Amino acid sequence: MSNGNNENNLIRMFHVYRRYGNKTALVDINIDIKKNEFIYITGPSGAGKTTLLKLLYLGEPISEGQIIIDGVNLARIKKNKIPLLRRKFGIIFQEFKLIPTKNVFENVALVLEAAGKQSRYIQKKVSSMLRAVGMEDRQNSFPLSLSGGEQQRVAIARAMAGDPKIILADEPTGSLDDDSAEQVIELIKEFHARGSTIIITTHDTKLIKKTGGRMIHLKQGRLWSPSNQH
Amino acid sequence: MKPLHFKHALSDISNNRLLNIVSIITIAFSVIITSSIILFFTNTTSILNIWKKGVKVMVYLSPEVSNEDINEIQKKILGMYGVKDIAFISKEEALKVLKQQMKRQSSLLDNLKENPLPDAFEIHLIESSEVWEKIESLVSQVESIPKVEEVEYGQKWLARFSGIVYIFKLSGYALGILFFIASVFIVANMVRLVLYARRDEIEIMRLVGASDRFIKTPFYIECIIQGAVGGIIGLLLLFLVFSSFTSNVDQGITSDLINIKFFSFTSLSAILICSMFIGWFGCFMSLKNYMKT
Ligand SMILES: Nc1ncnc2c1ncn2[C@@H]1O[C@H](COP(=O)(O)OP(=O)(O)OP(=O)(O)O)[C@@H](O)[C@H]1O
Ligand SMILES: [Mg+2]
Repeated sequence: MSNGNNENNLIRMFHVYRRYGNKTALVDINIDIKKNEFIYITGPSGAGKTTLLKLLYLGEPISEGQIIIDGVNLARIKKNKIPLLRRKFGIIFQEFKLIPTKNVFENVALVLEAAGKQSRYIQKKVSSMLRAVGMEDRQNSFPLSLSGGEQQRVAIARAMAGDPKIILADEPTGSLDDDSAEQVIELIKEFHARGSTIIITTHDTKLIKKTGGRMIHLKQGRLWSPSNQH
Repeated sequence: MKPLHFKHALSDISNNRLLNIVSIITIAFSVIITSSIILFFTNTTSILNIWKKGVKVMVYLSPEVSNEDINEIQKKILGMYGVKDIAFISKEEALKVLKQQMKRQSSLLDNLKENPLPDAFEIHLIESSEVWEKIESLVSQVESIPKVEEVEYGQKWLARFSGIVYIFKLSGYALGILFFIASVFIVANMVRLVLYARRDEIEIMRLVGASDRFIKTPFYIECIIQGAVGGIIGLLLLFLVFSSFTSNVDQGITSDLINIKFFSFTSLSAILICSMFIGWFGCFMSLKNYMKT
């Protein structure tokens, strides 16, 4: 890198756009995120929060602009390197994305299997992750037999199991009661303390007050800050 | 390939039982058809070969043939395709043999002033079906030699039968290839259906960092297992039909000469490998398109 300041930046977004046909979901987004930052992305429904996360893990292509993650330009990444990029992320999807034909244990184990971990390690790690989210009793249940909050906790265990560098959490407390939400936030804070970079989208301003961290506000696909107001 | 992939393959099979059963039945069916065709041909050709061993071609020469002519004709015939050896039988010898065969009535022949029999050659053929398919052309070649009066070969029908077997064989190959293609096609479509049923799951696996190889390997294992199971079922069924057939026929035809055999161990393994290949190939065909997206 030519600029010494940039070395701390784990994620850089330059003039990023995302269009769906005529509709532009993200407009000219410029964000730098440093290693071990704790970021909240807020904004009304439809503002483009989920879309922003999708671009980071290449869940969708970037329409215009550049994103650089850990020194890798996503526009130029080779197809066979995409799995490696995704293993840097622990992703908690807004709609959980658990596999209905696999039980709770298998869902969490999948991430570790895909990363090529030893089966003994997988056994231990999955058990401890499920214990951390309070789902160790339900490890043989299938996702569809779980409540929304329980599914969310499994999704969180799966996202964390691979000890990711970056945690992307799309409304991770959306279907949880206050107590469970608190537990989940504690867990995320633990990962933050161990050095992970955290990016959370949320409507929950209470949560932000409790934990602190940088806030990025989106409105109709644009970055919005008090200085933009007229 | 790790035990993990096997585990995933087996759970895929139990999650998609119906599609797997359809693939297995298809493969078993094509194995039965193609193997019974192969079985028919190996047995008919071996029976034919046994019969052919006893067959000789007789060449009768005209009365005014000279000793030099005889030598020349012998050389010519020996040089022809498919001829193993050739023996000259003079008319005197032939007469002696005839007299021996007629025994009591041989006095009838004593009254002959002249030997009415021709000089002759006895041609033995190389024992191969290829030669047999060309016997007619050999015969006409020999007939065209000057001073050759007549050519006779015993089982003319055998040559004709060889020709029919040859045509059968060609259509057998065609049928075998047809079934091979059909089963690859059906397996490929079954895999496509499984892929379609599991598209969300595959998408999720990709999003959490699974490589294409991690996703594909269980499919390949699944399809190769389908191929193996289909092959084994097909061969078992064929064997049952075969053994009930031969035990019925046994008393009638089977003798030392005609010995109907099932596949050797090598052929069995080859068929099994082919059926596993069908599974693999079907899988390959549909994954090739799917993974591009
Ligand atoms: N696949 C798509 N095709 C067309 N439009 C889309 C698609 N995905 C998202 N959009 C649009 O892009 C905009 C941003 O959507 P996005 O899901 O990022 O919103 P969000 O901020 O996550 O909202 P929420 O808080 O409700 O989750 C929305 O207007 C949405 O309709
Ligand atoms: Mg969203």
